[in-house]
Amino acid sequence: MNAAPTTRIVTANWDDPNVVGIDGYLAAGGYEGLRAAIAMAPAEVIDLVKTSGLRGRGGAGFPTGVKWSFVPQDTGKPTYVVANFDESEPGTFNNREIIEREPHRLLEGMAIAAYAVQSHLAFVYCRGEFLWPGEILDAAIREAYAKGVFGASVLGSGFELEVVLHRGAGAYICGEETALLSSLEGYRGQPRLRPPFPAVEGLYASPTLINNVETLATVPSILTRGPEWFAGIGTEKSPGTKIFSVSGKVERPGNYELPLGTPLRTLLEDHAGGMLGGRRLKAWTPGGSSTPMLTEEHLDVGLDFESITAAGSLLGTGAIIVMDDTDCIVEAARRLVQFYAHESCGKCTPCREGTWWVSRVLGRIQEGYGRSEDLPLLDELGENILFKAFCALADGAVSPIQSSLRYFRDEYEAHIAERRCPFTGVGPGGDTAAGSDATANEAGLTEALT
Amino acid sequence: MAVLSDGGRRTAEAIIARYPAGRERSAVLPLLYLMQSEEGRLTQDGLREVGELLGITTAEVEAVASFYTMLRMRPTGTHVVSVCTNLSCALRGANEVFAAARDAAEVEHDDETSPDGVFTVHQEECLGACDAAPVVQVDFANHDRVTPERVVELVAALRAGEVPTPSRGRAPKDFREASRILAGSRSERVSASGSPPRVGAEEAT
Repeated sequence: MNAAPTTRIVTANWDDPNVVGIDGYLAAGGYEGLRAAIAMAPAEVIDLVKTSGLRGRGGAGFPTGVKWSFVPQDTGKPTYVVANFDESEPGTFNNREIIEREPHRLLEGMAIAAYAVQSHLAFVYCRGEFLWPGEILDAAIREAYAKGVFGASVLGSGFELEVVLHRGAGAYICGEETALLSSLEGYRGQPRLRPPFPAVEGLYASPTLINNVETLATVPSILTRGPEWFAGIGTEKSPGTKIFSVSGKVERPGNYELPLGTPLRTLLEDHAGGMLGGRRLKAWTPGGSSTPMLTEEHLDVGLDFESITAAGSLLGTGAIIVMDDTDCIVEAARRLVQFYAHESCGKCTPCREGTWWVSRVLGRIQEGYGRSEDLPLLDELGENILFKAFCALADGAVSPIQSSLRYFRDEYEAHIAERRCPFTGVGPGGDTAAGSDATANEAGLTEALT
Repeated sequence: MAVLSDGGRRTAEAIIARYPAGRERSAVLPLLYLMQSEEGRLTQDGLREVGELLGITTAEVEAVASFYTMLRMRPTGTHVVSVCTNLSCALRGANEVFAAARDAAEVEHDDETSPDGVFTVHQEECLGACDAAPVVQVDFANHDRVTPERVVELVAALRAGEVPTPSRGRAPKDFREASRILAGSRSERVSASGSPPRVGAEEAT
């Protein structure tokens, strides 16, 4: 690691309450990255982002500059830029805080991206539940027009750019980029076949660049400080910093921006205040609910794309949900699978039916109606969902199932053997009486047989 | 009967004008929010009117509306209380908060409306504010680190006609006003000539 662990890029100004407005943002050096960009040729801007090694922060980690270079010119169609502000991955909350504290950083990154791919109309797809962050963005967009940042001539360059805020309406799947485009076009938010990729045929079947808010918000600093500076932070293959969203059983939940490659131990102990009440770490997700859980044995794994993959999970959105030794893993897995069952768009059978089925099986295990054949059944269901559906939502649903079974199979077995949750003591029919011979009441039996 | 007044129709036209010519259908979500703000929920009349504005069938509009949880086609209270019970909030006691909210609002089951029509209470999926778990939204305004006792206070305040101060930002007075904000009554796409945004143009309607 080449930089001090306190390096902050996207969150550098978060202690300054004035940067929420454009005057404060300009006073802090805002829009200098855009000025630098429009003084260059568009292709040079793309090369610079490529050189920096920046990778997408929305989960997949695809090289940003490469994505930008995929957008064709001379198609005769308009080109669009879309900022993905549909942040909905459980445990993830950095995009929201970026917008609440410094919305112009996103708008500047969008303008740089639009210039680089020569797009004259950009959209921010803002999650519907983000009522207040959406109002902040709305005001920021107006300020940017009033200051000549957007409009007919971006900062006097003659480059035209219009920006429109578009609000979603409550659907996790719309964070998937092709589903987002369907939603933005006025349809149900269901994913589309790729290829063609959005870069070639995206919004309105036209070339479209879609990036996550954190990704775009990182770009201005790369323009002002140079790609070599950025590439020197983090690890060789995962350069730069990442905002890690830490939640669950820690003393100080929050967003912490650290160089990629920082181990969880450092994040947890030096930044998030350690485990809540000094309890013992049991399980954690490195990148939100769709990334396989890891355990205490992975405390020293570096939080970067390669190291987390090598440890059997994914960096995802860098959303770290922390569970301690009092938390029931079956209940946690059940709650997450219920989320996927609720959010499945319904397009593919393995996802639509599989998530529902798994949540039923996990439910009966948790409530003390589990059967010995349920664990092989869960294994089989996981196999029949993973990579069998159209988009990654289904794969995300499998992560909590398979990872919890991998590390905590004994806990599942205990639920089944004791016919109650070993943590809460709750058994069939909500009965909390001691003993392992409780029999299912009639209602419970009906539940167990469905 | 028309849901929108003449002023409402002008707002709808301004919303449609945000999107490129020939791409009017992109306005379906904001227009649905607009109808929801008029009626407190979506009705067949509202769906039909959106279809008429966009030149698509009522069935196509309903197909969209039924996909999104924030567009409500069922009876809905004056206030919608959303309790996140996803993992980060559940680890911090959200299930007890949800139970307390339901009891206080006299809502029997998830996503139902109280007999007096004041509250709809439902379990929400992750609201992207997990540092403040458990999180509750009242008409989409955030309340951080909510205890069961606090949610009972929130419900009591709403029942008394107050608008509880959210942890950040400004609270809409009810679900209808929240829907009006979500229709995006403020930011407008400027014309290709680069004229400044029509600040306040729609609020005047």
